[in-house]
Amino acid sequence: FHFYLSNFLFSYLYFSLSMTIEYFLHHWPIHLSSVPFYHVHLCSTPEPCGHDLPISFYCVTNCLPFLSAALGGLSGVPELEVEALRPVNLLQERNLLPHRPLDAPEPNLSADLKKANCSPDTFRCTLTNIPQTQALLNKARLPLGLLLHPFRDLAQLPVITSNTIVRCRSCRTYINPFVSFLDQRRWKCNLCYRVNDVPDEFMYNPVTRSYGEPHKRPEVQNSTVEFIASSDYMLRPPQPAVYLFVLDVSHNAVEGGYLNVFCHTLLENLDKMPGDTRTRVGFITFNSTIHFYNLHESLSQPQMLVVSDIDDIFIPTHDSLLVNLKESRALVRVLLTSLHSMFSQTRETHSALGPALQAAYKLMSSTGGRVSVFQTQLPTLGAGLLQSREDPNQRSSTKGVQHLGPATDFYKKLALDCSGQQIGVDLFLLSSQYSDLASIACMSKYSAGSIFYYPSLHHVHNPAQLDKFQKDLERYLTRKIGFEAVMRIRCTKGLSIHTFHGNFFVRSTDLLSLANINPDSGFAVQMSIEESLADTSLACFQSALLYTSSKGKRRIRVHTLCLPVVSQLSDVYAGADVQAITCLLANMAIDRSISSSLSDARDALVNAVVDSLSAYKNTVSNIQQSGLIAPAALCLFPLYVLALLKQKALRTGTSTKLDERVFAMCEFKSQPLQQIMRMVHPDLYRLDTMSDQGALHLNDCIVPQPHLLHLTAEKLTREGAFLMDCGNVFYLWIGKCCNDMFIRDVLGCPNHASIPPIMTQIPELETPLSERLRALLAWLQDSRTFSSTLHVVKDDATAKTSFFQHLVEDRSESAFSYYEFLLHIQQQMSK
Amino acid sequence: MAFTFAAFCYMLALLLTAALIFFAIWHIIAFDELKTDYKNPIDQCNTLNPLVLPEYLIHVFFCVMFLCAAEWLTLGLNMPLLAYHVWRYTSRPVMSGPGLYDPTTIMNADVLAYCQKEGWCKLAFYLLSFFYYLYGMIYVLVSS
Repeated sequence: FHFYLSNFLFSYLYFSLSMTIEYFLHHWPIHLSSVPFYHVHLCSTPEPCGHDLPISFYCVTNCLPFLSAALGGLSGVPELEVEALRPVNLLQERNLLPHRPLDAPEPNLSADLKKANCSPDTFRCTLTNIPQTQALLNKARLPLGLLLHPFRDLAQLPVITSNTIVRCRSCRTYINPFVSFLDQRRWKCNLCYRVNDVPDEFMYNPVTRSYGEPHKRPEVQNSTVEFIASSDYMLRPPQPAVYLFVLDVSHNAVEGGYLNVFCHTLLENLDKMPGDTRTRVGFITFNSTIHFYNLHESLSQPQMLVVSDIDDIFIPTHDSLLVNLKESRALVRVLLTSLHSMFSQTRETHSALGPALQAAYKLMSSTGGRVSVFQTQLPTLGAGLLQSREDPNQRSSTKGVQHLGPATDFYKKLALDCSGQQIGVDLFLLSSQYSDLASIACMSKYSAGSIFYYPSLHHVHNPAQLDKFQKDLERYLTRKIGFEAVMRIRCTKGLSIHTFHGNFFVRSTDLLSLANINPDSGFAVQMSIEESLADTSLACFQSALLYTSSKGKRRIRVHTLCLPVVSQLSDVYAGADVQAITCLLANMAIDRSISSSLSDARDALVNAVVDSLSAYKNTVSNIQQSGLIAPAALCLFPLYVLALLKQKALRTGTSTKLDERVFAMCEFKSQPLQQIMRMVHPDLYRLDTMSDQGALHLNDCIVPQPHLLHLTAEKLTREGAFLMDCGNVFYLWIGKCCNDMFIRDVLGCPNHASIPPIMTQIPELETPLSERLRALLAWLQDSRTFSSTLHVVKDDATAKTSFFQHLVEDRSESAFSYYEFLLHIQQQMSK
Repeated sequence: MAFTFAAFCYMLALLLTAALIFFAIWHIIAFDELKTDYKNPIDQCNTLNPLVLPEYLIHVFFCVMFLCAAEWLTLGLNMPLLAYHVWRYTSRPVMSGPGLYDPTTIMNADVLAYCQKEGWCKLAFYLLSFFYYLYGMIYVLVSS
């Protein structure tokens, strides 16, 4: 009996083990140790597994012009491809930067499709030629992902008000310019290839008042459209705009002076805040207790209600804490004018941020809306209290940076609760000391809020920072906003999205829950190719953002991007978008540095360059010469990665405050691409030799367009004046021997020595030089939504350190110069 | 038949392994529900997190029992799983309550895939150990 039982059990064991092993061999992805970001699936067959497609897709000959254009999508411009693939020896060619800031590469599509395609400012892909299979993508060693800026301020936006929103029956894609019309009454979805019927209402075109031409309708002509959503798209009646301001009024806060600026700015912009007659506002102030303000319109003065039991927060009265702005406007004004004086003598030094947020949550949970939190120190009381975790001696450590993740999950849980109730929490951190931004930023990260940081804000010691705060606050209060939003990104069958980057909560595998959406946040996603795309020549991506406008209308903003699919590795390299790749890698590196360690993230970045250039060298380029060969499309890749490694977020060896580092990481994850690229690789221009050649003529102004310079001290001369555009700050560096005439005409000072040590504004002088410079600065400022501060850096001023830290091609005390980095890469490649 | 302490251990282990198999199946179903968008990650994590520590404690309990019963082979087979549990729990994300799953990161495809694989592997292991304990119990009961 023994014998038979043991036999049976062992054979059973053997059988089940072999089954399990078989299962995992076929389905377990393997991490390649040298390529940290990529997975490889072990496929039993070397051929890509295609799927059946109805033959009719290819056999339709008498189709409308749009379809033939779609079929002929790869009409290609061979010259551009050849130029993008031209091998560049990075060790020899020193002048790689284009004259003007880099534009997005254009996908290799026919003219019709290019015209209809989504603007690259809104939707950008790291590879403009999508590889056909995951194997091809892995060979290229480049990340595949999308960078979106879906709620960007647009000059022109077609708004569709039809009763029926035409969507695919199976995948629910919105109709877009890249669908194919099989005949007048049927259309084929470009994402799932399902054939759908064209509804009758769609046959009529309201724009041209013609019938029977569905492909001329605005939804099919424009890739960025906005639909007015019907009640099917509403879970509840659209909410009104509700704004709650949670203000820190501890001694620190009042002494720094932000409260005055806040009240003043809000008073001026009270009517410009987006909303309608239902708009509501409320205020909560806190130090060691929480203060609510009853602003009922029947009162003559705002009534302050103090709750001191911070361990069990309750709302003192049920109405009139969030009041209708129109009705209680006078009271709100009285409150804002007297708020500063109410707390000017305060001696409270504690900050009960956690309880204040709990109170805000309770107050807003019935409606949802936006909470703006202003904090000036580490929260020291009540729930969510934090300890100081930073060790100032470790700021320049090369080994590793600790405490990049949150210390407690209180703020994350609060953010998730808020997200569930459609409350977005924005954070303004105005402190001069360590405030554990890593923990408190979680309140904004998961509730789709924004994070602003003004270190060392003080009305006397740092007025430039205060000025920036005021201008940013103005933009923040008046910019467009969408409430209770959700976003879904759909891709062509075969592509799938696996990781999301940005401030939102991922509610399901492709649905993002955004309590608030604003025009200044960008998102990134990483994709993988699950099935082969061999049967299609075009891959499409659609992002649909469903939101409630501030006027209570439910709208859907749809962006569709179309890109060609290629099967050759050289085509993949020809279509690489180096800026998008850099931004996506930055996002990935930041995730990696929080989940594992900063040094891992830095190594992974270097490996990304090494791997992609090795792959190019081995498979595409047949040139066996020495030197570091890169395709022209990727010639700036090592430079950008080196610049990334020297960023505040990712650098080691240079003293970086932990809060500033964490804030830089948050910026990378939430800013749109152009802003990130300016932060990573600032634009450097020479000012004293600006000419009118190639200048833009806008509104009677001549805006000069100086050439870009490489970020190295070699390009700086003592006789010159240079402008560095770093995204949120401008540096104007004047050399010691600069032309006195220039200094006089632009800065209003007789000579170099008389330039004041701290100068943050260019005086408005009537000289042509001053006009040109101010026109250039104004034009640069217009291209971004938040104000940038200006610093005039003399040869021996303290802002010099910041300026010189941005010269990424030079050697610093702990980091390579550009040439050394290239040699390092070459060395890694030959291993 | 000698009803020794070892036999008692094996019997108890058999019953508790049935409970562990139940937990493993619950995990697999929960992650499948997440993957097919059937449930909200926050709710799902709130149901999964309280189950993690009981599972680990049950496993520790019968490791201790086998230690007392001097069943070294069985103990040796369970050691890797114990080490794995310890490692998993110490490298969990920052959270105030017990548990391993964080709703903000669980929807990442790699985390989800990892948790699913973990569920299947554990199910396989618990099933195998169920049969092993059955065999062991009979062996211990029959041998005198």
